[in-house]
Amino acid sequence: MHDQPSVSELVQAVKNFVDETAMPQLEGRAGFHARVASNVLATILRDLEARTDNDEQEKTRLLRLLKNEAVSEDLSELNSQLQEKIRSGDFGIDSVPLMEHLKKTAIAQLKVDQPNYSALATALKE
Amino acid sequence: MPATLILRRAPQGGEKSFDSAAIGLPNEARLIRKAEAAGVPVPRVVRVLEDSDDVGEGFFMTQIMGETIARRILRNDEFAAARDALPEQCGKALAGIHSIQLAGDPELKESSGLDQLSYYEDIYKSTGGCRPIFDLAMVWLRENAPAPLEPVLVHGDFRLGNIMVDEAGLAAVLDWELCHLGDPREDIAWMCTNSWRFGHTDKRLGGFGDVEPLLTAYERAGGQRLTARDIDWWEILGSMKWGVMCMLMYESFRSGADPSVERAAIGRRVSETELDLINLLEEQSHA
Repeated sequence: MHDQPSVSELVQAVKNFVDETAMPQLEGRAGFHARVASNVLATILRDLEARTDNDEQEKTRLLRLLKNEAVSEDLSELNSQLQEKIRSGDFGIDSVPLMEHLKKTAIAQLKVDQPNYSALATALKE
Repeated sequence: MPATLILRRAPQGGEKSFDSAAIGLPNEARLIRKAEAAGVPVPRVVRVLEDSDDVGEGFFMTQIMGETIARRILRNDEFAAARDALPEQCGKALAGIHSIQLAGDPELKESSGLDQLSYYEDIYKSTGGCRPIFDLAMVWLRENAPAPLEPVLVHGDFRLGNIMVDEAGLAAVLDWELCHLGDPREDIAWMCTNSWRFGHTDKRLGGFGDVEPLLTAYERAGGQRLTARDIDWWEILGSMKWGVMCMLMYESFRSGADPSVERAAIGRRVSETELDLINLLEEQSHA
């Protein structure tokens, strides 16, 4: 498939339209939703940019954390396995490798979802 | 000149509130009157709508001037003195709310910290989501739950956004719809929850102050003696609750009930509470 314009370029073009044309003409609830829509388009652009690397790094960390007990190389299955191990008490907040993994995962997610959220600065300061 | 009145009304046969815990407007009106009698700053309820009015449930209250938008209260110069005064004023107001004896009028449901943990844990599980930080927080909360305190009237949504602030500080406590019987620490911690610091994360109390002056004023006004550390568990519960509420709002998009972009977008705010939870749990692991 050709990619000129690429998905990112297309999303950027829609964002330009929302920001420069639609939003100034909208008021009240529609104006608010236009602002939300613009933020969503920015999130999409960051997600497109970061997802492949983030998923790869998350998977690598999960495989290291679960060691030879890892049941799969599939990210969502690995996360389900981690969920079970947390639920069963195998992993708790006293596990430094667990906390490091979860923090890195949360930071990566938040950088995509809400890069201006205050907790990000707190977490990166430490 | 007659005073301006505010009508708070639910349309007849209107939609149910997002949160099924809402107590209904006639009960809200009763509680606001009791709060006024207890010396809590509130609007005065002037008249409660009756069936014979035939316009649905609601009540008229006096208009209180001031600001509810958190970012303005936290940033604007005209609220500098208010920000200094708010911790003590909030402590005194909460002591007043928590002193109200309902004697069954209205009849409110009791909800302890562990009840709320179970409630939100069930919602989380029902979404089928796999977000291990929430599992970790829920397991930790269950294992480390403090002994419950004697149940009191809890406001249930006491935070910036739900209080009216003028240049002198707290002008009125609003939004009484989530009142219940519960643990007094819940109200204090909810205002401390990082989601309600609106970016001013270094000030634990609502982004405007420290929790210690609130606790001192709370005790001086008849509340029990509490320390800042007594609030920790409840603050973690608060971040977990807000995260699950965001999931729930996103669910209303996913199910098709509310197709708005706002409901979809809020699903991407769950990660805010994930990082808050990790930051808080990390502190606990060093404690």
